[in-house]
Amino acid sequence: MNRSTDTYRGLIDKITKEYSKSLVAKIRKLAEQLKNVVKIMDFCGTHEWTITHYGIRTLIPDEVELIAGPGCPVCVTPAYYVDQLISLSLEGIEVLTYGDAVRLPASAGHTPRSLLEAKAGGGRVHIVYSFMDAVKYAKTRSNEMVFFAIGFETTMPSVASVIMKGKVPKNLSVLTAYRYTPPIVKHLLTEVGAVQLDGIIAPGHVSAVIGASSWEFIPKEYGVPTVVAGFEAIDVLAAIEKILEMKVRGKAGLINEYSRVVQWDGNKLAKQAIFEVFEVRDAYWRGIGFVRESGGFFKDKFKEHDAIREYGLKDPPADLSKEVVPGCKCHEVVLGLSKPTHCPLFMKVCRPDSPYGPCMVSVEGTCRIWAEHPEFLRLEEIKSVGAALKDLE
Amino acid sequence: MVKDEKVTIAHGAGGREMWEVISKLIVAKVPEGLRRTKGGIGIDELDDGAVIRIGDKYIVVTVDSYTVKPLKFPGGDLGVLAASGTINDLLMMGAKPVAIEDAVLVEEGTGMDLVREIMNSFIRVVTEEGLALIGGDFKVMPKGSLDTMVITSVGIGITDRPIADSELGTGDDIIVTGPIAEHGATIIAAQLGMLDNIKGLRSDVKPLTNVMLPLIEKFGDYIHAARDPTRGGVASILNEWASAIGKTIIIRREDIPIEESTRNFLDMLGIDSLQVASEGLAVLGVDHEVADDVVKYLRSIGQVQANIIGRVVEPPSDVVKGRVLAETEVGGLVFVDTVSVLVPRIC
Repeated sequence: MNRSTDTYRGLIDKITKEYSKSLVAKIRKLAEQLKNVVKIMDFCGTHEWTITHYGIRTLIPDEVELIAGPGCPVCVTPAYYVDQLISLSLEGIEVLTYGDAVRLPASAGHTPRSLLEAKAGGGRVHIVYSFMDAVKYAKTRSNEMVFFAIGFETTMPSVASVIMKGKVPKNLSVLTAYRYTPPIVKHLLTEVGAVQLDGIIAPGHVSAVIGASSWEFIPKEYGVPTVVAGFEAIDVLAAIEKILEMKVRGKAGLINEYSRVVQWDGNKLAKQAIFEVFEVRDAYWRGIGFVRESGGFFKDKFKEHDAIREYGLKDPPADLSKEVVPGCKCHEVVLGLSKPTHCPLFMKVCRPDSPYGPCMVSVEGTCRIWAEHPEFLRLEEIKSVGAALKDLE
Repeated sequence: MVKDEKVTIAHGAGGREMWEVISKLIVAKVPEGLRRTKGGIGIDELDDGAVIRIGDKYIVVTVDSYTVKPLKFPGGDLGVLAASGTINDLLMMGAKPVAIEDAVLVEEGTGMDLVREIMNSFIRVVTEEGLALIGGDFKVMPKGSLDTMVITSVGIGITDRPIADSELGTGDDIIVTGPIAEHGATIIAAQLGMLDNIKGLRSDVKPLTNVMLPLIEKFGDYIHAARDPTRGGVASILNEWASAIGKTIIIRREDIPIEESTRNFLDMLGIDSLQVASEGLAVLGVDHEVADDVVKYLRSIGQVQANIIGRVVEPPSDVVKGRVLAETEVGGLVFVDTVSVLVPRIC
């Protein structure tokens, strides 16, 4: 007895299934025309979640490999920010930040190991849901506070617009750990030799801000087919199909599959706010190194909001040797050089309820996603029994 | 890196860690011959209740401690939860509930009004069901040594034919009696302070007497397994079943009933609804011959979203023996595993 399709959801499910079937058929057909294995990077943590949650790797042929990319802000945020914020919190300056950032591990050997541990040891740490939430909280109190601003272009406008309106109370400053996404892709394609990518599924939410056009350089300069995609299973399947199609035709281009949300030029107001408040400088990515013109820092005009200036924080400090906690492969996972299952700590010392490395902290982290979708560890096995089970039905 | 192992929340969350700790600390220490009474079902079955045979009748006994934060939530409170949970555990063993006992632990300093309200709820559910409340205990712990209130509840029922889940076998269909994950989603939303922003979430906590007793009456021997998916959700139960009988269970995700509000909320947090608790739902393993009739009957008595969600099959390979697989909405295959700690983005 099947569920009726007369409900809205039933109908959507039916359409999704039919459409995805046709996409999978097209992907299989295209894959037959390929000479080598095609490696496609899914940039966003949310794309990786969709891929694992819907078992997309079991649907596509072996010739197509999906590699999780760097789209997890918490994973790449330098440990030295955490170290310095821990010190501030223990000196009585209240640190405000997101629920996942408080669990981000500090640098190797540092105690307390995270802002959460600092809080348990008497540090002043408070969890907020957004920058607006932080502003509201600061307005009702008089003590000094720092907001730990982690994120990509998606979260930058929310801080920039409030700063521009002059609505930030004097007792609240901001530590900007902002990173731009196109530079890390450029870095990946030029500096990181080991990854030969045949296609990139570019971020959806980030592109809604910066515009699909921001990714034009990938096909133009590096000849890699690129598709901006949304986060439904059919979005990801459509992106894979379009990349394979470009690959087969031997013509790299940029396609905006997520046109229901992403415009070619992005959101002009949001872009303007980012440009107005932040300046672009070379910046350090945890364990990865310095990436050219990839960090967003306060312009002089807004220096009174800048926690780095106010508290004389080091960005970057001289010693970066402790950014990677011993044994952790997060920085390699982020670049697609390692899989979580290659890490000896994965699901042993490092688990979602007690993260050891940064990729296990956020729901966008590849290790965290793989940990919660353990089917992934046995992909080969599941693929091999898939057909047999279908026969039994 | 070797540390003295500590008990974590995961050890009590209904997943792999909990079964490991129960087996190691308790079951393994009890001599084989003392794990059950003669002809009954005992501690090593990890079922909802124990069964004691007396002549040709069976007494079913169940015990559970109930704790929930917040103590009051949309759809119920700790009292409703404890009474319903105990009654449902008896029903899942195929028994007619007869009597209840309760042991109440309260933290010093808790408001008397709150305790009164919760106990009123508990007694209301028990008396509405016509059950005798035949004994109990009331203790107060010093402030700080307990989080507000815990109710432990013992249920006693009787049956001619207990449902021992070990009867589940190849070809049986898996049925759920209604939409899943409603209780757990409501509690998670409450803990995150998001109830005001999320419309439509409400715990399904309720006794299933009016569903299970007529169903057992009508289909009796055809019902091979029954459990209520509390901690660990549907995923946990199906995994226990598959692993206990050494078969494979395959479910189709699109056939699983779930309310739109529950699904949207859990999707937003990236939490798998199969791992989220229900408190007014049964998962049944039913003979394929009658499965359609069972669903029709359930729908006719008000369980309008009851549905067949999967089937028990012979494992096509050793890899999937004792495992649960799901076909996803787009036709992909994933293992359905038990994850003991749900960790949403905002702690």
